[in-house]
Amino acid sequence: MKKLLLGDEAVALGAIHAGLSGVYAYPGTPSTEITEYIQKAAPQVRSRWCTNEKTAMEAALGMSYAGKRALVCMKHVGMNVCADAFVNSAITGVNGGLVVLAADDPSMHSSQNEQDSRFYGKFALVPIFEPSCQQEAYDMVAKAFALSEEVKLPVLLRVVTRLAHSRAAVEVAEEAAPQNPLNPASDRGWVLLPAIARRQYASLVEKQSALQAYSESLAAIEYSSPSRAVAPFGVVACGIGYNYVKEAGADVPILKINHYPLPAAAVKALSLRCRKILVVEDGQPVVEQDVRAVLGAEYKVEGRLTGALPRTGELDPDNVAAALGKPSAEGCKAQALSNRPPQLCPGCGHRDVYTALNKVAAGYPGAKIFGDIGCYTLGALPPYNALASCVDMGASITMAKGAADAGVFPAIAIIGDSTFTHSGMTGLLDAVNDHSSITVVISDNLTTAMTGGQDSAGTSRFEAICLGLGVEPEHLHVVVPVPANMEKISEIIRSEIEYPGVSVIIPRRECMQTLKRHKKK
Amino acid sequence: MKTDIILCGVGGQGILSIATVIGEAATRAGLQLKQAEVHGMSQRGGDVQSNLRLSTTDIWSDLIPKGSADLIISMEPMEALRYVQYLAPDGAIVTSSAPLVNIPDYPDKDAVLAELRKYPHTVILDIEEAARKAGNPRGANMVLLGAASKYLDIVGRERLEAAIATVFAAKGEEIVNANINAFRYDLESE
Repeated sequence: MKKLLLGDEAVALGAIHAGLSGVYAYPGTPSTEITEYIQKAAPQVRSRWCTNEKTAMEAALGMSYAGKRALVCMKHVGMNVCADAFVNSAITGVNGGLVVLAADDPSMHSSQNEQDSRFYGKFALVPIFEPSCQQEAYDMVAKAFALSEEVKLPVLLRVVTRLAHSRAAVEVAEEAAPQNPLNPASDRGWVLLPAIARRQYASLVEKQSALQAYSESLAAIEYSSPSRAVAPFGVVACGIGYNYVKEAGADVPILKINHYPLPAAAVKALSLRCRKILVVEDGQPVVEQDVRAVLGAEYKVEGRLTGALPRTGELDPDNVAAALGKPSAEGCKAQALSNRPPQLCPGCGHRDVYTALNKVAAGYPGAKIFGDIGCYTLGALPPYNALASCVDMGASITMAKGAADAGVFPAIAIIGDSTFTHSGMTGLLDAVNDHSSITVVISDNLTTAMTGGQDSAGTSRFEAICLGLGVEPEHLHVVVPVPANMEKISEIIRSEIEYPGVSVIIPRRECMQTLKRHKKK
Repeated sequence: MKTDIILCGVGGQGILSIATVIGEAATRAGLQLKQAEVHGMSQRGGDVQSNLRLSTTDIWSDLIPKGSADLIISMEPMEALRYVQYLAPDGAIVTSSAPLVNIPDYPDKDAVLAELRKYPHTVILDIEEAARKAGNPRGANMVLLGAASKYLDIVGRERLEAAIATVFAAKGEEIVNANINAFRYDLESE
């Protein structure tokens, strides 16, 4: 049966058909659609949005411990959040198959950096799968679960934006394989006391040669012409990089890489058939460095580090064609046009929050507003130009605290409801314990809006959470951010700025996008 | 045979439903298809585009190389110009005439339309007005698709109409017919 699927949906359906028992995730572009698809298509799979990527990773590890197949999905920066659990899951090993899906975002279409998750896979010493197309994405998930159970390790499945968010027809199975029965692990390897962890780590290192052999067994060099002559150059094409090489139609030997650790023997074999190697990989030069290490300084290797391909940004058919020495087609001349950056929706409550914050901040020359990750990051752009920073999930509160410690006054944090439960609560506890002079605005639109309106973990419990963390009741306010309340909201912000301790103001009004959807129903 | 299409507009204008209809028609025609979409932050009122590639043979890249798109379908005139470096020299542009002005430095409207008319095959259409006349004020994107259909021989008008029926089936017969009327508007007005 053929189905038209996004790369993300192909991963989702591949997991369902592989007998998945649970998917754990925090929404993040470009990974969100995987979990959304499973939630719609597979009621037999346990799935609820998690508070953050670390809780997701640990819950998935728990399901694996119990013998069942689990999937964790996140965007690349989510790997930073769950890194502790991820790296240690390679030391404990797994019981039921565990696949960790990281969706990287080269060119930062919706991100703060373009870190390459393959580094995490190498770091944790686990196998990495990287599909080049939607069909491979579907097929690889079942293979990843099988390998995970065979070698007793999590498998990192890496996709990039252009695969995650591109649709193609995929040949899929008619039905899902049965789930694994409940069969909790009984060995001591799960208790990472130093003595046990040392044994487990040695065993992880011992598994590396088997992982290497697995990658080698799947690496094949394509020779376009039957000639045995040595080619002027050959290509190592990783993931979707392969598509751009094929699009350019270059007549060169190609080693297609979809599995790591890097199949070093295959790289050596390719090097004997060409005079130099071009490494085409989306993301950071992970493989380029490895290929250099395998072939030594004498052999010429080109890629992002040598300038053959751009050092930053995603691959595309044009920059890969240029690296292959193929001229681009003669097109029309590009036009110089005004940029059209994204902006907050008309009527959005965040707009009223920024109007009030700017109005009050105008009275304080030293005012700094520390931002966070979500739709409201757009408050950094005109007409608001309100933010001093936006760094990572939760950093608004903790940076405001540090800045206040240094003497910044007033130090204001603005954070969304979902971001607050993701990583803001611990920072607020720090601020309460230190009696920091900060004003925290939790702009609550009752959803995880930026990624399309997923459930937000703390909805209807924010006052209780803040009070529980020790915020004083008289310095906790809930307001409705509409223009009619502007005077009142500004007054509250002003008086709380003057309070030399932690204040929390919660402007609460539903997201315009989810409101529209709810009205349609 | 291949047809490479860039669909573009401003986040929220509904370019993805045009893509869905063409995709459904292409599947009926037994064509290969790849469609790269933009999700996430840009969907909030920023510029958005989708690369839609249809072919009778294998398609490798999800993205269209520069200078090789056969067609730009745009819900907004300035956005059509944003992607002209992807257009083949004899490619076509089918666009709405109505600027969506949500930025302070939007260029002069007449200059934008004049620039668009310099390309060899440009269709500029007041799709909002046409949709109202077709009795389906929310069907502007289907009017645009109808106008673009003369460059979509690879799937054909009949398959596009059948695809509209399938894609909107869940919303009821009334919506399906309203969208088909909007789709046919340009043809009937010629």
